[in-house]
Amino acid sequence: MSLGWRKFKDRAFTCLAALSVVLAMVPLISILYAVLKMGLSSINLDFLTGLPKPVGEPGGGFGNAIHGSFIVVGIASVIGLPVGILAGVYLAEYGNNKIGRTVSFVADVLTGVPSIVTGIFAYVLVVLSLGTFSAIAGGVALATIMIPVVVRTTEEAMKLVPLELKEASLALGIPQWKTSLRIVLSTARFGIITGALLAIARISGETAPLLFTSFNNRYWFDGVLNPVATLPVMIYTYAISPFEEWHAQAWGGAIVLIFIVLMLNVCVRFAARQRY
Amino acid sequence: MNFFPFFIHRREKLRKSITADNLFKLFTGGIALLGVIGLAVLILKELILGSMLSIEAFGLGFLYQSVWDPVFNDFGALPFIYGTLISSLLAIVIGVPLSLGIAVYLAEIASSKVRAIITPIIELLAAIPSIIIGLWGIFVFAPFMREHIAPPLQNYLGFLPFFKGPAFGLSFLTAGVVLAFMIIPIVSSVSREAILAVPNLQREAALALGATRWEAITIAVLPYARAAIFGAVILGLGRAIGETMAVTMVIGNTPQIVASLLAPGHTMAAVIANEFTEATGDLYLSALIEVGLILFAIAMLVNALARAIVWKFLRVKGGEA
Repeated sequence: MSLGWRKFKDRAFTCLAALSVVLAMVPLISILYAVLKMGLSSINLDFLTGLPKPVGEPGGGFGNAIHGSFIVVGIASVIGLPVGILAGVYLAEYGNNKIGRTVSFVADVLTGVPSIVTGIFAYVLVVLSLGTFSAIAGGVALATIMIPVVVRTTEEAMKLVPLELKEASLALGIPQWKTSLRIVLSTARFGIITGALLAIARISGETAPLLFTSFNNRYWFDGVLNPVATLPVMIYTYAISPFEEWHAQAWGGAIVLIFIVLMLNVCVRFAARQRY
Repeated sequence: MNFFPFFIHRREKLRKSITADNLFKLFTGGIALLGVIGLAVLILKELILGSMLSIEAFGLGFLYQSVWDPVFNDFGALPFIYGTLISSLLAIVIGVPLSLGIAVYLAEIASSKVRAIITPIIELLAAIPSIIIGLWGIFVFAPFMREHIAPPLQNYLGFLPFFKGPAFGLSFLTAGVVLAFMIIPIVSSVSREAILAVPNLQREAALALGATRWEAITIAVLPYARAAIFGAVILGLGRAIGETMAVTMVIGNTPQIVASLLAPGHTMAAVIANEFTEATGDLYLSALIEVGLILFAIAMLVNALARAIVWKFLRVKGGEA
């Protein structure tokens, strides 16, 4: 092969690699553009704070769904964050053995549980025993997604803390558990917050686990033992409906959801930049 | 002077802190075991429990029967397994070359400035909720596929069984392409890490022998990282298999086994999402839960395989470099 041909091949494949980057960006830009173009006209105060109206009546909104999303994600965080963080602390501090590595591996594998399966899990576990769809069931389904993610990010964040800090603390006679909590955990706090926010961002957009756990509701949140409307489920219901005006509202909901998720991701970047 | 109380006090304190240490270890360890291993076991247990009715009624036939008839309570999951397989394989075929291109570009070609801009943008794609990708899929992408992609495929490649017959916007192919977009972030970021973990000696040796940059990448870098890249691909496959909302919104939700990629289909995750709340009768519900059990088993196996490969590579090869 001549040098010219080889150089040409080098250039050509370099261009192809760059092209794949561009190609991957096309859907992203198209999605963001579509959401903004079709959704902006639906956004107004009534949409953000009002209850959905029956078909045919103009106006109304996703207020209850936005509120409900915060509640279900809140329930999931109350269950998922403490469990995930404490398990992560164990793995980072005592996990350098067979049990620890097994737990760590299983957590990693669990991050790949199909989200619809966590829905079935919460359905059998909570909905069937309570006898009704409920906000709690939705929270349990989302917490199931959240825990493995938080476990792994907490573990990784705590392992990044320099050993010298820990040794210094132990040398001062501070017991290990206090060292773990007051020195290692607090040094790793930004990493842990990053992981928690990432997990919250991820579950905020989840739809599949909520379809038959928290279900849907056309009215305001009414206690954790009742079905509750959430933003993703509402978007889905409206998107697959046959009504034009509902489609427009689904796009409006998409703007709100994407805004929440992107804001969380911006916070993640901000938290990830802080060190100690 | 009497030092005894002092020593006793110290000793008490020491003992207390030792038990506190053990308590802390036991407490966090208990949570780790219950919250992770316990959770995994509990999910499996509940899924098996929920699908007992269906397992007893259909046995292994559930896996290879293609009837799905709620009216006569006759259920077989083959069309859904087939649809999940086809759409995920399409996602791999389309998504992996793109992901590798991105990984190579970011790890080997781009300057650090360009990298710092592009990496978060690719990650942004992972952050977009699948329901929004599905919404875009229904109203923007599926019509685009129907009008601009399917007709030329039929015209020029219509002799292949994959592109025969009428074209629908909602199809295996649309689902496969949407899934391809969705696996790009994970496949490209894990492959990029694998490529970055390749020791510089590999590149330098190839370049010193007169290789162009591209030759160095294909001869010395990619083969070295191939195990982890394979792991990344399998990881993407796991993602694609489990994806629900985006797929259910673009695949057309028709349980059928056909060769044409332009025809609508159905997947395991989609049938659960679609029919679960409408399932009347215990057997129907149980059959859906069994579909979930199969999906869970496949996803966990695929994921465990991928993680094992990636872990081993990044620890062993990346570690010694």
